[in-house]
Order: sequence, then structure tokens, then C-alpha cells
Amino acid sequence: MTDILPQVRTAEPAAKDRAQPFPTVRELRPATTATGTRRRLGPGKAVPFARLTGPVLVVLIWWAASATGYLDPRILSGPGAVASTAADLIKSGRLQSNVAVSLQRAGLGLLFGVLAGVLLAVAAGLSRVGEYLLDGTLQVKRAIPSLALLPLMILWLGIGEEMKVTLIALGVTVVVYINTYASLTGIDRRYVELGESLDLSRLQFIRKVVVPGALPGFFVGLRLAVTASWLGLVVVEQVNATKGLGYMMFQAQLYAQSDVIIVGLVVYGVFGFVSDALVRAAERRVLSWRRTLAD
Amino acid sequence: MATHTGGLTAPRPAVRAAAVRTTRLVRSFGDRDVLKGIDLTLGQGEFTALLGRSGSGKSTLLRAVARLDHGVAGSGELHVPERVSLSFQDSRLLPWLRVLDNVVLGVRGRDAKERGAKALAEVGLEGRERSWPHELSGGEQQRAALARALVRDPELLLADEPFGALDALTRIRMHDLLRELYERHRPAVLLVTHDVDEAVELADRVLVLEDGRIAVDLAVDLPTPRSRRDPRFQEYRDTLLAALGVHQPDGSADPVHPDPQPADLPAPGGRPLKDKDPHDPQD
Repeated sequence: MTDILPQVRTAEPAAKDRAQPFPTVRELRPATTATGTRRRLGPGKAVPFARLTGPVLVVLIWWAASATGYLDPRILSGPGAVASTAADLIKSGRLQSNVAVSLQRAGLGLLFGVLAGVLLAVAAGLSRVGEYLLDGTLQVKRAIPSLALLPLMILWLGIGEEMKVTLIALGVTVVVYINTYASLTGIDRRYVELGESLDLSRLQFIRKVVVPGALPGFFVGLRLAVTASWLGLVVVEQVNATKGLGYMMFQAQLYAQSDVIIVGLVVYGVFGFVSDALVRAAERRVLSWRRTLAD
Repeated sequence: MATHTGGLTAPRPAVRAAAVRTTRLVRSFGDRDVLKGIDLTLGQGEFTALLGRSGSGKSTLLRAVARLDHGVAGSGELHVPERVSLSFQDSRLLPWLRVLDNVVLGVRGRDAKERGAKALAEVGLEGRERSWPHELSGGEQQRAALARALVRDPELLLADEPFGALDALTRIRMHDLLRELYERHRPAVLLVTHDVDEAVELADRVLVLEDGRIAVDLAVDLPTPRSRRDPRFQEYRDTLLAALGVHQPDGSADPVHPDPQPADLPAPGGRPLKDKDPHDPQD
């Protein structure tokens, strides 16, 4: 009985409202009239290749600035000069051979670094012993820049390819580890319980739950890792290298060939952009089950 | 109340071999005993519903029987069959696996996919093998979860409020489906629910858990399919509601409040069925 009483009281003003003349309600209507769909809060549908807009715009501004004479060619050569230098470098084969060496270093460093990062993340995420041994250690490594390790690496591994690949791999390992580990430890507890209730073996659990569950973080790590491998390249190729993109640019600096330096920078940029696009494409394919803001 | 319970606890059918047996099962969190010595036997192929207010320990009991309670202190004996399937309140499909891969997750053998497809067909999801879980409706996801439970050919099916998150219409259809699948495969079922109607409609035996003990053990002796309008159905329902501490003015059905909201109600004045109950371990 007691909970009916308040209902009776509130019913009274409601009855009064209904007694209001009809036009009052009509007046309110235009304000609530709506056509079409609601305000969209996500960014909407993506246009293919529209991501190139920004970089193309930068080149256009660069070109306009040098064509109008606003940009002194002694400070920064125009796009035309850089393009013809690039053509010369390609004709002589210098660019290709240097790029091939750099790609190989970055690729190997990336490969070993990603493998190590994933294995360490799985080991630290799935066992307490692993967590206690590895997580702190890798956080310490994160705080040490690769550049600071360079003297030690040269002492240990010499100045050959091993040192260069190892240094790149170290940088890659850390970013892949940090992001994969964060994503892995964030896997929903309920899925772990499901795996237990289905009597999954540890291997099945890793393959069907842990790896797919950690993939979103892994891809964030991978994109950072690709960039990290290019950055590592710049550092290692200025140390006793006789080939590679960084070496080519270093030489150009000695001979004041600013256009060659810019060719090197552009190649770095193009490779960075392309590799990021590749990782994104792979991410979209592998994570096609996800519904996110960007979809 | 006691006057019409006498007719309800009819002699049980022939005793079946046990699928689950617990002896003095105790589970505690901190220094609070959530299960206070449960002695319970579930027969093979017996459909049992477990009712109880929130906090009565029904989920703890289910998780104990599912052997999923790592790190929970406790004692007592527990015998469960080898093949146990568990279905959760959420469908708990892995979002990164297609429906069929979800169903056969953890199933060994070369014919796993075949059996998975068959189980999907049985729950009315043929043709959806390659769908992603997010492409299914809530009811369909729960059906897929049921297929995942079925494909393992369980001797015991544990269900933790499996229809709790579904809308009323979908729930009615899922009730029919569950009962149909049960009739066909005959696993022992332990269904945890807070819905008294659901318990009486589906189960052949209803347990009420109260404060870590089994307070009521009631055999539901009604022919299937059961109608909620059957006066005997109402009788079972009222008996169970009373056991859950929901008292109605004249003992008649209260169609407006099918779900008891026991949290803010006083404790029931006693255990009306206790002395009449043939399964009470303390008898």
C-alpha cells in the first residue's frame, strides 16, 4: 500500500499537464523536428589514399616556396633539383645499393626485435616468474637510449653488421614488448575463465585467446617498432659504415651536397610512410573482427 | 503454506546414478563461509534449478561444481563427471573467432568442425558458421554459446543465469530450445537462476539456497511442456517465492512481480519445507 501513495500524488500534476490547451504542445514541436540521422560522433567513412593529402601538401608548399624564390637553394634545394639528383643517384646505382643495405639492416633488426618482444611479452604476461624477471628489466632498458648503448655494443660486437642489427633490434624489442605486454595483461578475465571451463591446453590458450587478445597492442607496438628501426638506422650508419642510406647522407654532408641529404631524407620519409601503411593494412586484415571508432 | 506443500513434494522417480555428489562442501571468502557444508546429489540426466537471493552462494556453488574456484578456501568432497560444460550469463564468445571456431574451441578430434556445424544447426544457426560474433543478435549469441556447450557432449551442463541478459521474447524461445535440447541429449543440468517461473517451467527439481545451505529441495512433478497458467504451476511458484522470502497477501499469484527482489526484504520466518523435504541432508 505504501508504495502506491507516492504514485497517486505524482499522478495529480500529470493530469493537470494533460489539461493544458493543445496548441502549447504544438508550439513546442518545431524545436524537436529532426530530419535525417543523428549527429555522428565518429569520424565517418574513410576515403582511400586520402591519407596522402598531408604529405602531398607539404611537398606542394616546398615546391611553391622554391619556385617563387622565397627559399634560398643554398639552404634547401627545390623539389626539382632534388628529383634530378635522385635520378642521377639511381642511374649510377648508388641510391639502390645504399637503400638495399639499409633495408636489410632495418628488416633484420625489426624481425629479431619483434620476435624477442613478443616472446618476452608472452613469458612475462603468462607466468609470475617471467613477470618478476623480465618486466622490471625491460622497463630499465626502456629508460636507456640506444645511443647510450652504442659504445658498449661496439666494444662487445665490433663495428660490423651484428652490432648494427643488434642495436636496432634492441630498440624494437622494447616498444613491441611494452605494447604487447600491456594489451596481453588487459585481456578480459572472463575469457581466461572461458578457456579454463573448456579445458584448453596452455598452447591452445595462447593460440586462441592470448595471441588474438594481445594483437591490438602488438600492432601499436609494431608501428612504433617500424619507426624505431629507421631511427636506429640513422644512429648505427654513422658509425664506421661504408654503405647505407645514413652513410650516403653523412658523406654528402662532408661534401656539402645538400640535395643528396634531402634525397636521403625523402627516402627515409617514403619508407616510413609506406611501412606504416603496410602495417596498417595488415592490422585491418587481422583485426577485421573489431568494431571501433575508425570503422 | 505447509498445507499445500505436502502434495507438491511427491515421491521422486526411481533413484538415478549420481552425476554430481558433494559432501560437506564448504567455501569461504575471508572468514565468511559462503557455502556452509552442502550435501547435494544430482542424478544423471536430472534437470535441477538452483534458486537463491543474491549473496546466497549460488554462484559460488556453481563455480565450485565447475571446479573454477581457484584460490577459494574450502573443504569437502566433490565428485563431478568428466565432461562438464558451462554456460555463462553472457555468451562469452571470443570476438576474434568466427562462430564455428568459437563453438569448436578446445574440441579435439578431426571431426570437430563437422560436429560443431551439427551443433550449430541444432540450435538453429545453420549457415552462420562464418559469421563474427558481433554480427549475431543477443539471442543468437546465446544459442551459439549453447552449441559450444553441446558439442562437447556433456554429462553435466552448468548454466549460470544463461537467459538473464535476454529480452523477454527471446527468453521464451530459449527456454523451449533448452528444454528440447535437454530432452534430446539428457545431460544432468544445474541451472542457476533468480527467476522462479523459469525454474518451475524448466526444471524437474528446484533447490533454494539460503545463507550457504540448501533450504528447499522440491521435485516439480508437472508434465512438459508446462503452462504457467496451470494452477499447479502457480502452487509451485508460490511455494518457492515463499521460501525466498516473498510473501503474498493471499498466497495467489502476483503476475506483476514475477521476479522476487529479496535484497530489501526481511529474512523468511522459517524454512517451510525443511521438515517435509526428503532430500534434506540433515534429515
